[in-house]
Amino acid sequence: MDLNLTTEEQAFQDDVRGFLRANIPPAIKRKVDLGLKLVKDDYVVWQRILYEQGWIAPGWPKEYGGPGWSPVQRFLYEEELAAASSPRLITFGLKMLGPVLIEFGTPEQKAHYLPRILASEDWWCQGFSEPGAGSDLASLTTRAVRDGDHYIVNGQKTWTTLAQYADWIFCLVRTSNEGKKQQGISFLLIDMKTPGVTVRPIKTLDGGQEINDVFLENVKVPAENLVGKENDGWTIAKFLLSHERFGIAGVARSKKQMERVRDIAGKEMKRGRPLIEDARFRERMAEVEIELTALEMTELRLLSEEAAGRKPGPEASILKLKGTQVQQGITELLLEAVGNRAHAFDPGILEDEWPGMGNDGPPVPEHAATVASHYFNWRKASIYGGSNEIQRSIIAKAILGL
Amino acid sequence: MNFTFSDEQILIRDMAERFFRDDYGLDVRRKHQALPGGFCRETWARFADMGWLALGIPEDLGGIGGGTVDMAILMEAMGGGLAVEPFLATVVLGGTLIRDGARPDIQADLLPRLAAGELHLSFAYSEAQSRYDLNDVRTRAKADGSGFVLDGAKTVALHAGTVDKIAVTARTSGGERDDGGITIFLVDADAPGLTVTDYPTVDGLRAGDVALDGVRVDAEAVLGAVDGGLPLAEAAIDRAAALVSAEAAGLMAALTRDTVAFLKERKQFGRPLGDFQALQHRATEMYMDTELTRSLAYMAAVRQDGDDRPAARRAASQAKAKAGQAGRLIGQEAVQLHGGMGVTDEMPVGHYFKRLTLIDHSFGDRAHHLDRLADMA
Repeated sequence: MDLNLTTEEQAFQDDVRGFLRANIPPAIKRKVDLGLKLVKDDYVVWQRILYEQGWIAPGWPKEYGGPGWSPVQRFLYEEELAAASSPRLITFGLKMLGPVLIEFGTPEQKAHYLPRILASEDWWCQGFSEPGAGSDLASLTTRAVRDGDHYIVNGQKTWTTLAQYADWIFCLVRTSNEGKKQQGISFLLIDMKTPGVTVRPIKTLDGGQEINDVFLENVKVPAENLVGKENDGWTIAKFLLSHERFGIAGVARSKKQMERVRDIAGKEMKRGRPLIEDARFRERMAEVEIELTALEMTELRLLSEEAAGRKPGPEASILKLKGTQVQQGITELLLEAVGNRAHAFDPGILEDEWPGMGNDGPPVPEHAATVASHYFNWRKASIYGGSNEIQRSIIAKAILGL
Repeated sequence: MNFTFSDEQILIRDMAERFFRDDYGLDVRRKHQALPGGFCRETWARFADMGWLALGIPEDLGGIGGGTVDMAILMEAMGGGLAVEPFLATVVLGGTLIRDGARPDIQADLLPRLAAGELHLSFAYSEAQSRYDLNDVRTRAKADGSGFVLDGAKTVALHAGTVDKIAVTARTSGGERDDGGITIFLVDADAPGLTVTDYPTVDGLRAGDVALDGVRVDAEAVLGAVDGGLPLAEAAIDRAAALVSAEAAGLMAALTRDTVAFLKERKQFGRPLGDFQALQHRATEMYMDTELTRSLAYMAAVRQDGDDRPAARRAASQAKAKAGQAGRLIGQEAVQLHGGMGVTDEMPVGHYFKRLTLIDHSFGDRAHHLDRLADMA
């Protein structure tokens, strides 16, 4: 056990830190620091910078374009990305479909899609949830019927994040009603430009628009877009949901957000002193930091085991569950820190440029403008990707044997 | 950077777990508690044979080396084993103070005896008014010729009634809560004027209150520097806080294991309790908090051996505060999920719960460590 970096790890960290800080476009950094809306271009511009550097897909095997880093290097990279105010890298292609194709794809699928994911040429979105299939995902009813060289797809996907930007969607579709409900599911790649695909935005409680309904009406999909075997999609879905444990806890970003808490608490006043000097508030910060450090050390333990050759197991559920609790705990601290400044709502924060909406918005200080919106928005974290109740059931079953 | 055990550490862990599984247990514990002094001297000798008492003592001083992580592995196993033997008092507290503060010739005399199981130690640092603050010291030591004379009263010194020597904090200068002016003296337990009121503790161990009435000591009894004892005491208590957090993790793991087993076995409404989702999810919280506590305990253990004192202090407080919160949750939930059986003396669950609760009241509770973290932030 050693929590110090080796000389090589230190050199790696310096290298990564230097590059990221020197190359992140200031306008993007500002948006991330203030929690402002990022648009497609922001993500793509930044991801291409990382792509050119060879760092866009740290989890991919080297032969497919990964950098060949050790778990510790990947851990440090995540840390430096967050510290440099990097936007979240869009996971759908890089952390979901990419690993799926590497594991289950045909040589043709790999050769076609993987380079395009790396270069951010295709924006992918995820077509899993349906109005009737949330936590009980296997009860999905979107139907794909084989018709010669094609499938004809009918149904509806929902909660589809950033579908408005997407070129492609990977979908779980029902290809059979025989046997258990998990057995008749297939994994299909659908071009969003295909006739019959309609995207309808869903406005969320923070006022933002990042999730959508996706309607599929007689959508004609080439049979070669099937990944893996027909009716074997559930295996792929489970692989996708459990494969990627790196960064699932969001530790690096939460550390960065704690800096934001400190920063805001240094600006807001209480009884004539900066809030950061208030003992009760400092204690609240300490409580969240304990959980955050415990999470970080648990992630390190799991990564060390993985580096020593142990296969990733259901412990990843702890990272998701506790990780989102910590993230939400920090949104509460931020909200508490801004005090009554939480009230004023400036719709401009939902737009690409802020400020710059003229003088008609309320006078919200820069550090407080997005805090309430962020708090409300982040309730999603304990719901998506397998709700925290589902994670508890996974732990109860797979680890405790209940 | 890595967070895995070495091969030697895995050996220590496996040996300790095997010992407590095969040769210890609630019945053995009860027998040991009933012996004079509240623990078993033959078992203590076995600890010495297995090298446990020499852990953390440098090889040139009669130990087998190793660091705080090795001791944490042992403490975690002792937690799960509900050991009543005075490892914490003698090896962790006493051993650390002598390692860090005694003159080389005194180290050379005492540490081999400690490693051999022939020397028992206690650390008397708290007083009636001090709560968990190490600097709140009223006991006075007046210079007297080349030595000192000690007067005062210390509270809840672990195993003080059965030890050979007691390390005592006393004020050699300054006011009651000054950081400077505290000196640590290693006093013979049979010194004239020293009396110990020995009593059992709620969690099945022994402790004692120590009265010092004109106790004379030589200059060589001083551990560390005169007036400079606080950092020494603080480092020892931080190390102990990290290590009882590991012990707490062992207790939590045992409670979670027993509770899950009970949920699988106990049937109500025609099916095992473990079929009920409400109970599954509560068991899951117990499991997760056990793992989080364990992670922080080992981080704190690693930090105690580094050069960065603020990081060591912070890590000890984080681990101890987490152990306090998680210990309460897991202890209470284990009793609740055991139903009526949880409140009996017969089942191990109540004994784990009591030790876990009293750990929160040792070396600073959650509130104390949150205060400390808030001061550091």
